[in-house]
Amino acid sequence: MFGYYTRLALGSFGRNPGLTALMVLAIALGIAVCIMTLTVFHAMSGNPIWWKNDRLYAVTMDNWDPNHPYRQSSKLPPPEMTYKDTQYLFSSNIPERKVVMYSTIGVISNAGSATPARVDTRVTTADFFSMFEVPFLYGNGWSATADNPAQPVIVLSRVQNDKLFGGANSVGRTLRWDDHEFRIVGVLDDWFPRPRYYDLNGGNFQEPDAAYIPYGWGSELQLLNQEENDCWKPEQVDNFKDYQASDCVWVQMWVELADASSRERFQSFMDGYWAGQRKAGRFQRPQNNRLTNVAQWLRDQQVVDTDNRVLVGLAFAFLALCLINTVGLLLAKFLNGAPITGVRRALGASRRQIFSQHLIEVGALSVLGALLGLALAALGLAAVHHMYAAAHLGHRGGYQELTHFDVVGVAWAVALAIAATLAAGLYPAWRIGRLSPAVYLKSQ
Amino acid sequence: MLRMQNISKIYRTDLIETYALRRFSLEVEAGEFVAVTGPSGSGKTTFLNVAGLLENFDSGSYQLDGTDVRDLSDDARSRLRGERIGFIFQSFNLIPDLNVYDNVDVPLRYRRLAASDRHERISSALELVGLASRIKHMPSQLSGGQQQRVAIARAIAGDPAFLLADEPTGNLDSLMSRQVMDLLEQINEMGTTILLVTHDPELARRAQRNVHLVDGQISDFRAYESHPAAADPAVGSVAALPT
Repeated sequence: MFGYYTRLALGSFGRNPGLTALMVLAIALGIAVCIMTLTVFHAMSGNPIWWKNDRLYAVTMDNWDPNHPYRQSSKLPPPEMTYKDTQYLFSSNIPERKVVMYSTIGVISNAGSATPARVDTRVTTADFFSMFEVPFLYGNGWSATADNPAQPVIVLSRVQNDKLFGGANSVGRTLRWDDHEFRIVGVLDDWFPRPRYYDLNGGNFQEPDAAYIPYGWGSELQLLNQEENDCWKPEQVDNFKDYQASDCVWVQMWVELADASSRERFQSFMDGYWAGQRKAGRFQRPQNNRLTNVAQWLRDQQVVDTDNRVLVGLAFAFLALCLINTVGLLLAKFLNGAPITGVRRALGASRRQIFSQHLIEVGALSVLGALLGLALAALGLAAVHHMYAAAHLGHRGGYQELTHFDVVGVAWAVALAIAATLAAGLYPAWRIGRLSPAVYLKSQ
Repeated sequence: MLRMQNISKIYRTDLIETYALRRFSLEVEAGEFVAVTGPSGSGKTTFLNVAGLLENFDSGSYQLDGTDVRDLSDDARSRLRGERIGFIFQSFNLIPDLNVYDNVDVPLRYRRLAASDRHERISSALELVGLASRIKHMPSQLSGGQQQRVAIARAIAGDPAFLLADEPTGNLDSLMSRQVMDLLEQINEMGTTILLVTHDPELARRAQRNVHLVDGQISDFRAYESHPAAADPAVGSVAALPT
């Protein structure tokens, strides 16, 4: 009967093309707005490394002003830590992997490049690449022995490698970074986690850094964090060593812990260190040593803000409005066909069969609405992409990075369209089946 | 096969109650050809709707082939209607977007018959009514008489136990009316019971029995001796007149 009902549905569309088009458009508009909003929301709220959510943890401790919290609105400690705290915690062998890092800016050039360029550079320990599962196009990262003393090795992003070497395999070649020669040991493949969970400074959807150098170069070259430096009290800082010894926060730390037992042990390690430092006069705020997984980290850092949530709500409200409109149109269409339905009832169709027939018609409408909605959403997202890309002057990083369909998004969109339209069509399909056929038979 | 006893059908509004049928009783045996006549508003169509399980009734009993239909579910009533009853309407009631073949196919679809079975039945029915060559025609491409013959084919394709015909010649000229009545007689001779609602006394005479309705009740009841079947005492039974 499904095939028969589908044939009847298509015939019905042909009989009322204008009304059908109106209904499909109403559904499609509601779906398109929802898809656009949900696509952005999904990109914003997604966990790019969800499969490691129970292994990766951001490490934070609250060394802030005893009289004022770091954030008035929450009890969270600063997202970065002091250099000396991270140095101590990094000495632990409990984590399977551990990373301390921060972002700086350097001038990069190779012998053949026309113009040196200032590029974002991540000063990081070796485990960064394996911990965050960064893909490599050529070569690899460096080993832990290259961190300290710092070896002159560098990893480039694919974009940067394209700019400097035309995309060729540059492993083994050298370039100059801030007037120091570095040997290229690896080139990353396309990698753009959205959001950039491991470092939300500079924008949640900032593109990854152009270059990566061993953590030891931070001390060696006295490299400052160019994105985030926070200090809560005046301190005498005459040189870089003073800065490293201060209570200013500017270093990010992440650990990978194999299981719950490791997590507990590292937490105890942090707490023990905190207790000792508190006795020494530091950490005067209540104990707030945290190991935060990626999903919670994104929530804590409010990657998806209230405005976006409101926008999602409004989009669904608009969809509801479109569907209510569709219900009205469906009712009018089905009731207009009541005489024919009366004939079918006289010929043996039960209410259930009439309901099924009309629900299949609604289903066919929902598929058409979904397809058109997808097309409209793609157009809308492309328009948003161009608008924000233009505002970013063609650079990456920003709202335009969220305007991409993915397979999951498309599947959800189609499912939403069909489910929503079927829900809207339930009443009209039920209503037409309840009509008394005798009333319409004589008037047909 | 059809037994109605003291059927009453009441249409109620806020102000008045109208008895479309009032303690109506009728028995029709298998193979009979019964005409139901009466003036406008006498309850003929209501009787047909109740008989055809398209409307419920307020009191009385109705047994169709031994099945008490009063408490049947909609699914059961629809199944019974599809398997046992065929309808023929005054205005043909063909579905305008379906061709002749698909129109005749409609009742068979709801019985979930196999495609081959449906095809055989449709072909036989259209052959019987003389329209086998018009299967691809749309209703709008047929004359009134042809449309009614398609409607008859649709009604008999499922091999129903009885046909309910509501003024089947009402929209036809005299020549086409005779053709349609000839067809109905032929179908009746093949064993199908026919209940014919008509206001035309000449057509009524072609039936074995005539039941005359006034104000929802039977006012007259006669068998026509001119009809061949009327001579056979085994055919038909006379329902008692309501007191």
